[in-house]
Amino acid sequence: MKIQELMKLKNEGTSGLSSRERRQFIKMGFIVTGVYFGGRILSLTSAVEAASSGTVPQEGEYSYSPHYTMVIREQLCIDCERCVEACHSVNDVPGHGRRTKILEKRRPIEYGGFETVFMPILCNHCNRPPCVRVCPTTATYKDEKTGIVVMNHDRCIGCKTCMTACPYNARYFKEEERYVDKCNFCRDTRLAQGELPACVTACPADVRIFGDLTDKKSRVYKLLHTPDTYVWVLRPETGALPNVYYTTA
Amino acid sequence: MKNLFVSLVPQTGGLEPKDSKAINMTMIVLAILTLVGIAFGVHSLIAGHEHTFGVTREVPWGLLIAAYVFFVVTSTGLCIVSSIGHVFGYDNFEPIAKRAVYMSIVTILAGFMVIAFEIENTWRMPVANVIGANLASNIWWMGTLYGAYLLFMIGEFILLQKKSHKMAAALGLAGLLSGIAAHSNLGAIFGLLNGREFWHGAYMPIYFIASAALSGCVTIIVFTYIGYKVNNWQMSESMKTSLQSTGKLAALTIAILMFFTIWKIITGITGHPPGKYLAMEAMLKGPYSINFWLGEVLFGMVLPFIIILAFRVRNITALFTASVCAILGILAMRYDLVIIGQLIPHYHDLPLVDYPRLFTYTPTLHEIIVALSGLTFTGLFLLLGEKLFRGHVIEKH
Repeated sequence: MKIQELMKLKNEGTSGLSSRERRQFIKMGFIVTGVYFGGRILSLTSAVEAASSGTVPQEGEYSYSPHYTMVIREQLCIDCERCVEACHSVNDVPGHGRRTKILEKRRPIEYGGFETVFMPILCNHCNRPPCVRVCPTTATYKDEKTGIVVMNHDRCIGCKTCMTACPYNARYFKEEERYVDKCNFCRDTRLAQGELPACVTACPADVRIFGDLTDKKSRVYKLLHTPDTYVWVLRPETGALPNVYYTTA
Repeated sequence: MKNLFVSLVPQTGGLEPKDSKAINMTMIVLAILTLVGIAFGVHSLIAGHEHTFGVTREVPWGLLIAAYVFFVVTSTGLCIVSSIGHVFGYDNFEPIAKRAVYMSIVTILAGFMVIAFEIENTWRMPVANVIGANLASNIWWMGTLYGAYLLFMIGEFILLQKKSHKMAAALGLAGLLSGIAAHSNLGAIFGLLNGREFWHGAYMPIYFIASAALSGCVTIIVFTYIGYKVNNWQMSESMKTSLQSTGKLAALTIAILMFFTIWKIITGITGHPPGKYLAMEAMLKGPYSINFWLGEVLFGMVLPFIIILAFRVRNITALFTASVCAILGILAMRYDLVIIGQLIPHYHDLPLVDYPRLFTYTPTLHEIIVALSGLTFTGLFLLLGEKLFRGHVIEKH
């Protein structure tokens, strides 16, 4: 039936409508409303169910197995940047990009002078990763088994929303291959062969410790549960629940 | 097929378009400039943004995101002002409605054109957005809903041309709903980023809708004025009244934006909230203070408000002037909103050595030319629309 013909029809009023038809109409209304506003409600929920009652998740709160974690003993770092070099060569990171970096913190101490602490940074492989939530095409996602935040290169449209969303400046656009690149704990280049991430092996000062947090015998577990030490994460206020920990141990 | 074309592009009725060399030459120049912009955009896609754009890993969104926001805000705003008359039946707003519907299609296309060059792998979008749909992503919802919005608005315009006003109004309502849902999702792209203190919060989606209403009012005044001026048409009384009502609505939305801006500043500086305060400093007395005080405040709000009030909306040329000022101010608003939010260094709360207090961004020639081509595209299709659709006059039976 054409629209013109429809328009010529007389209005039948609503009195003749059965309650079944009314119900169907209301149902359709709810579906339409649901589709439009579903996005806004969904965007308030996190992409991954994650919880943590403290800085370090406790038993029963591990979302992954193995729950890969990096512990950074920053006081030991000497800023030799071998980690950065190893990362570049193992993961084919171009000169303009980087997956990891060392920042320099400085504070004045008594009797003059300064104390300098070098602070390595990398992707925090958050349990509630803002980058994963914002990606329109699920080109970046949490690996279901290990919790590593990985990239599906072929699906990256290059909108760079993940770069804007990341609280840690851990991502860059790899122009040469046209996708956003980031640390993946050397998942494809070393972990798959049973080796530790390149930065961990390259570090001469034993700053970066990598392992499975669910394994109580692992070094990461022990370091994060050593009495009389302090464990913290970067930018906890963003609610991202990072898996890279900094400790005085 | 020919019948369809004739019914869409009327040969008679409406206003007789002026056949002048000046208009045709202007359209040719605008078309060439648009093509130049597209050429620059294509070059940037091939060469990569690393080499052609001013964006960096720290400030990944530049002028083109701001331009995209400007165009889609304008489009949503035009849809809002068109719906006042045409969906909700306020007669005063009827005469501007059809031009507003048409220009909302033009401006959203301008926005899509600009963002196509800001996204590095545009060609992957059609497939990736479907097979990889992320329902938690605001950017996915924005894209999808704006896609639906574009279809609704095109449908509405076709039905208006065919004079099926009832069906057109139904599509107009669908367009309005999807436009507002899409637009608030655009605000939420910024507002839901916990790590970006300047953006984070409920303010963004609300502010986006409010400023869309202003954009819609002032652009339709400007578009209508230009359409009539270049074709030497006399404005009917009902059109004058319509523009005056739009002017009043513009003044109201400016007042709302002033209120929003004042409280945004007060909450941003009271107690020096970490991160947000740095952004406020950059905006109020730092590198973006000229943009803010001269662009956003003076041109975007104070001048148009004073002009509209001083002439009590009677003088149409004054309304046009006020609207042009407001558009300049809105351009500054979009730019500041997108850029300042990214300038706050990620580790601003740590005592770091050799770490910037603020990141910097400067647009390159490529970005400026692509952004300008969005404006020339809009101008071209404004003039073409006046010609093809004979002044967008609504004739009811």
